[in-house]
Amino acid sequence: MRDDTNMGGANAFPLTRRSLIEATRSPQPEERRRALNTLIAVYWKPVYKYIRLRWGKDNEEGKDLTQEFFSRLLEKDFLGSYDARRAKLRTFLRVCIDRFLANEQKAGRRLKRGRDIQFLPLEFEAADGELKQIEIPAPGQMDEFFEREWARSVFALSLERLREDLEKNEKQTHFQLLQLYDVEDGGRELTYEQVAQRFELKSSDVTNYLAYARREFRRTVLEQLREMTASEEEFQGEARSLLGSKVELKGREE
Amino acid sequence: MKTLPDTAIERLRRAANAPQLSGTRYRLLEKLGEGGMAGVFRVQDTALNRELALKVISVGDAAGELALRLLQEAHVIAKLEHPGIVPVHDAGTLADGRVFYTMKLVQGQSLDQCAEGGLPERLRLFHKICDTVSFAHSRGVLHRDLKPQNIMVGAFGEVLVMDWGLSKLLGGSERPAECEQTAGGEARPVTAHGSVLGTPGYMSPEQARGDVTALDHRADIYSLGAVLRFLLANVRAVPRAVSAIIGKAMKVDPAQRYGSVEELSRDLAHYLDGLPVSAYPESPLRRLWRWAGKNRVWILLVLAYLLMRAALILWRTR
Repeated sequence: MRDDTNMGGANAFPLTRRSLIEATRSPQPEERRRALNTLIAVYWKPVYKYIRLRWGKDNEEGKDLTQEFFSRLLEKDFLGSYDARRAKLRTFLRVCIDRFLANEQKAGRRLKRGRDIQFLPLEFEAADGELKQIEIPAPGQMDEFFEREWARSVFALSLERLREDLEKNEKQTHFQLLQLYDVEDGGRELTYEQVAQRFELKSSDVTNYLAYARREFRRTVLEQLREMTASEEEFQGEARSLLGSKVELKGREE
Repeated sequence: MKTLPDTAIERLRRAANAPQLSGTRYRLLEKLGEGGMAGVFRVQDTALNRELALKVISVGDAAGELALRLLQEAHVIAKLEHPGIVPVHDAGTLADGRVFYTMKLVQGQSLDQCAEGGLPERLRLFHKICDTVSFAHSRGVLHRDLKPQNIMVGAFGEVLVMDWGLSKLLGGSERPAECEQTAGGEARPVTAHGSVLGTPGYMSPEQARGDVTALDHRADIYSLGAVLRFLLANVRAVPRAVSAIIGKAMKVDPAQRYGSVEELSRDLAHYLDGLPVSAYPESPLRRLWRWAGKNRVWILLVLAYLLMRAALILWRTR
């Protein structure tokens, strides 16, 4: 049976605590599919952008190569040789991409899009749009670029998951406040009183709702990192990378 | 899904990382630094209208071990009431489940940023560090991460030994608290779970080997020697006796180091007073030379007197 993997879907996250990499090799098709969904949901955009910028591919080539890369990753069980003690998964994937692209170029193959993976065309258009807003990194800064895109991907997926959770619990206002203060530019220029008026809340509620949403956002991000890591040590390292000291981010604002 | 601009990522990063102070007496002012396991923030204590430093676990582990370690660190510091150690004011758990403690906000520079002055000034400053470490040892606490970045020099010359996150209770069970806090508030090399604790260049060989159970106060003495070496790195000519003191403190074999921080301090004090130091055995000639150097005013006075007497005698006999 063919396991189609829908790239970009945010609600396909498994809630398992099992290591993502272990789960991608699970004999259970359902567990394997869900693990792959998580892996792809987090990494497809960084991979696509990296292929575009590092390897100078256009949008169409970028799409094909991204899909082909993930197909090969699964088919050839590249992840089988990944050792979390030796490198971050991001670093490992980047090396795999470089090898894959180098081989493809050498063979001069024309790729056929899609095999086991179905991509949402609109998501690719969004990723292409994002590239137009990004300052092109220097060749020596591709590590940082991949790291930054990973952070963008994790935060975007966490926000999406948080939005769904809060809406399910009828806490849309909490999410909207987080959106206003921490996502949209200019939101912080508003006073709590102004925001309270806009949302028909008490000022103290604005503080409390925002604190709740931030707390939940943090929890969601960490939960997502736990799903993607194999050990406590790896989790701590990833959390430090994502939440710890500031990573220099350059790019145009929306 | 809408694209997240870089500015939003930075805001979200801060929002997710900032301690949730709702329901506490503290108001967040700014982040001072981030280490491997914990972040340090400047906060306003609204009850007493003063600023404090708040140290909080960055990301808790599943077993709650890091939280326990941070609390233990707070307990260790609370136990060490000394002018050279930053006092702890409060400890607890925030609304986001993270463990924290607050302490006096220290204004000043870390030793690596302010090593200056003449040799005697530097040695006196080092003497204060020794006093603090010696006090901690007397209370059964090893620091295990003494280095210039963890020593703060205040605006009024006060010297504070910071970051007791790796401290260990002598004679107690192993308690490798790995929470990070440096005097400068900056990040430092991470000490991961179960791995070697300390900082290369400043940790003793036995500590570098990870021989945690064998560590005793002599590991700190080694680090003190390394700190003194750093402190005198840009002094033009370090006297042999002082080099010998550093050498003895940093012996590879712990048994050949100073037996206690007091012994190290005493050697330094002896050097400053022109007395013999245990680390530097002298020949009789060198001892005479040092004695002459120490008493040169008296010697000059006596010589001047003798010259005058000789001149007077000569003049009278003419």
